[in-house]
Amino acid sequence: MKPDNSPVIEVSHLTKHFGEVLAVNDISFNVKEGELFGFLGPNGAGKTTTINILTGLARLDSGMINIGGIDCTRNPKAAQHLIGVVPDESNLYPELTGFENLCFCAALYGIRKNERQTRARELLETFSLTEAADRKFAGYSKGMKRKLTIAAGIIHKPPILFLDEPTTGIDVASARQVRQITANLHRAGTTVFLTTHYIEEAERLCERIAFIVNGSIIKTDTVTNLLQPVQGKHVMLLSVSNGGLKLCEDLNPAFPSYCFENAQGQIRIESAAPVNIAPIVRFLEERGIEVTEARRYLPSLEDVFIQVTGIEAGLMRKEKEKAGGGGNL
Amino acid sequence: MTRWIAFWNILVKDMRAYYLKPPNISWGIIFPLAWTGMFFIRTGSGLESVLTLLPGVMTISVLFGTTSMLAVTITFEKRSRSFERLLLAPISLELLMLAKTSGAILFGVVNAFVPVVIAAFLTDLSGITWTLVVPAILLIGIVSTFLGLFIAVSVSEIFEAQTFSNFFRFPMIFLCGLFFPITALPVFLLPLSYILPVTYGVDILHGAVNGEHILSFALDFLILGAFCIGLFLLSLRNIKRKWIL
Repeated sequence: MKPDNSPVIEVSHLTKHFGEVLAVNDISFNVKEGELFGFLGPNGAGKTTTINILTGLARLDSGMINIGGIDCTRNPKAAQHLIGVVPDESNLYPELTGFENLCFCAALYGIRKNERQTRARELLETFSLTEAADRKFAGYSKGMKRKLTIAAGIIHKPPILFLDEPTTGIDVASARQVRQITANLHRAGTTVFLTTHYIEEAERLCERIAFIVNGSIIKTDTVTNLLQPVQGKHVMLLSVSNGGLKLCEDLNPAFPSYCFENAQGQIRIESAAPVNIAPIVRFLEERGIEVTEARRYLPSLEDVFIQVTGIEAGLMRKEKEKAGGGGNL
Repeated sequence: MTRWIAFWNILVKDMRAYYLKPPNISWGIIFPLAWTGMFFIRTGSGLESVLTLLPGVMTISVLFGTTSMLAVTITFEKRSRSFERLLLAPISLELLMLAKTSGAILFGVVNAFVPVVIAAFLTDLSGITWTLVVPAILLIGIVSTFLGLFIAVSVSEIFEAQTFSNFFRFPMIFLCGLFFPITALPVFLLPLSYILPVTYGVDILHGAVNGEHILSFALDFLILGAFCIGLFLLSLRNIKRKWIL
């Protein structure tokens, strides 16, 4: 598929309740052909529910969905031949081997025997799983399971791919490989809809990102545009000996051109101009506080996310830790 | 063609992954043998009773084979979320569920003929009207499978599927005329017999094997067919309502 920037996924005023709980609240967005679009938000934000509705695994309460020019609002199965889905859990058949799983998934899309076997072998090779091809899926490691699940999602060469938290809970090396595969698919022209709660992952991979919190989209823009407000800022982080963190209230009036605040055990200095650290170190030393480390901090999408959504960075970090090593880039 | 590739592969996958496993094959052989043996010992009758017992043993083999396997396998796939793969496939829900149930139907039908093969060594089966037996077994297989599907859609845990299917199956052994005619039941239980689909299948089998039946074959087939369609549509409705939230 040759990208032409026309939207292949159009969602308008999508709303979904589960009983009393409002899971998705009147969201609208579109994804252009060949784009890698990120859906970024904490757990429970409505990312998976949105994917489930778009792929036909859940019904919408109200709104409109158009995928690949097909109105899926009333018939969610209408566009299923155009999409590939990699769910947030590796859900292949434990009793089948890796090769059998891929062949079976290809058969679900009507691919003939010779073609599906060739394609399965190719994908096993691409995902470095050839040696495990004849082993049962139940015996795969988490990273291998994840890779095979992605392979199963693209076995029918879908022009649109939904990736739901693809690197959650897998080791760093596998996560890197999964990101590389995602980037390659994007380069090959596949439209990718990626949900993640790893901010760095979204920043590195996606062209445009929607921030979703509590079922609502707070902001949608290109990564470049999202980063713009923080890119002109100069930030330093000072690690200080005990007691130093209480000094932010004294530092702010003493150095009015800078903004001081406590940031996870460090003093964060923010300024529109480069930070001159020497007078600050002197100021602290005169009060018996030792500066143990000073480093420049490059503002990232995480700062934008925190600024826009009001969600604490700590919360997202905790989720990362809970999910495992996949977030380490 | 695309749809039939999917249909065939779902059927083959289920047969290989679930139905053609050694425990199920041994179940298919041991279960009818155990029932037949139990009746011989209990009644003290000889080989001349084989034909009397055959319709009941065939039915029970189909009933237990289909309901237990389908309810458990679908619940298992639903819990492990592998069933989502099937729901994401570009085939209609009707075709998907027919593919999922075909394996169980085939398994049930094959199970039903295990006692027939055993009986062939023990007695003369030439008097049996096979043109009635074969479609009756097929319809009992279909209706039992759809009953299993109905159970699978109604529960979320495997143990619930087993409990719920027993809730239907064991009363059916006594209420559907498998081993004694429903006319021998107390009057107040007769309505229960007539609302259970297996009653009509067993009536055909008794007629085809022993020449004793209560309703006309046409009516039996008609009601059995209606139960098949009704249970399938009801299950589809429940799947759309409960699984595609």
